[in-house]
Amino acid sequence: MMSRTALDLWVGLFVAIGFAALVFLAMKVGNFSGLDGAETYRVEAPFDNIGGLKVRAPVKSSGVLVGRVAAIRFDTAIYRAVVELEIDRRYAFPSDTTASILTSGLLGEQYVGLEAGADVEMLENGDRVLITQSAVVLEKLIGQFMFDRAADTPAQ
Amino acid sequence: MNAIASALRRIGAMTIDGIWRLGFATRFLLAVLMNSGQSLRRIHLTIRELYFSGVLSLLIITVSGLFVGLVLGLQGYDILQRYGSADAVGVMVALSLLRELGPVIAALLFASRAGSAITAEIGLMKTTEQLKAMDMMAVNPIARVVAPRFWGGVLSMPLLAALFSAMGIFGGWLITVVVIGVDDGAFWSQMQAAVEFRYDVVNGVIKSAVFGTVVSLIAVFEGYDCQPTAEGVSRAITRTVVTSALAILALDFVLTSFMFRG
Repeated sequence: MMSRTALDLWVGLFVAIGFAALVFLAMKVGNFSGLDGAETYRVEAPFDNIGGLKVRAPVKSSGVLVGRVAAIRFDTAIYRAVVELEIDRRYAFPSDTTASILTSGLLGEQYVGLEAGADVEMLENGDRVLITQSAVVLEKLIGQFMFDRAADTPAQ
Repeated sequence: MNAIASALRRIGAMTIDGIWRLGFATRFLLAVLMNSGQSLRRIHLTIRELYFSGVLSLLIITVSGLFVGLVLGLQGYDILQRYGSADAVGVMVALSLLRELGPVIAALLFASRAGSAITAEIGLMKTTEQLKAMDMMAVNPIARVVAPRFWGGVLSMPLLAALFSAMGIFGGWLITVVVIGVDDGAFWSQMQAAVEFRYDVVNGVIKSAVFGTVVSLIAVFEGYDCQPTAEGVSRAITRTVVTSALAILALDFVLTSFMFRG
């Protein structure tokens, strides 16, 4: 015959505190209400240069988190990087949406920015975003700047 | 010449002894798992061990978590404010606690607080021949004594690690937001943007569960395997703490390289 003891009270308290800590970590510290578990669809976006984009980087539209980068691979058929984007089902984008790789802040992480187009057809699972804009590579930018300066300066 | 030979012989003996003990520990783990049914059926045995290794560790875990969080908050603020990003101190505190410090320090504390107690208890039972007496009475000491202590440790460790992380984040919040004056909204919102439940929180819980299993196994094994003398018990307790610490840190490296490499 089992009966309740004082021990059970303490153990119950311990388990309750432990689970309360877990719930606190999930709800207040982590963002459980975010994308985790939400239904998503995948679209591909080819880029000439992805810069320092990483898997699991955020996908944002107007600054709002709408998805995450699911995978990055190199497609030898087109010799370009193909980025797979996992987008929340709640957000549908027109098929002529522009995807660009942007940087948050001067030294911040890189993310994919989506800018909606005006097409009536929406992107479906497995579709490809055709209009893309690569990451800004600082060396290229400096090189271009120097080239322009050289072109502007009249020959002696 | 003789000295070299005896040194070599000692290394060889230690190696063989280590492998022997590893094999016995593996068989012991299997025996514990196979005899766990009884400790789950007679749940009050496990509840009692949850009290001893979980409830009695609450105070040390809470206080240490708080102080680790306070220190992380101070140091993180000092470094981050040089780069004008003091608001990110919440991210730093939360990620370092959830991913590494929470599971690791909680496991180290657990090994020295609860693991040593388990080893001492089982070791003394062996020394005073209580285990043999149980065997004589057809009570399986592994099912009656060892398995409940093992499961008590395995179950309480993830909860203790979660509590440690939560207290640490609270401590970090206390020192940076309340004392120093970092913006409250930025502290939480940046943390929530950076911490992912599936990636950071769940991986931390998995880590602490692995540590709990390893520490509990080492504790019950060292107690069961000790020399049945006063000196043997004290050696076994020392070995529990040392081996647990080494196993935790080495496993932490392995788990981290699997979980957070991307």
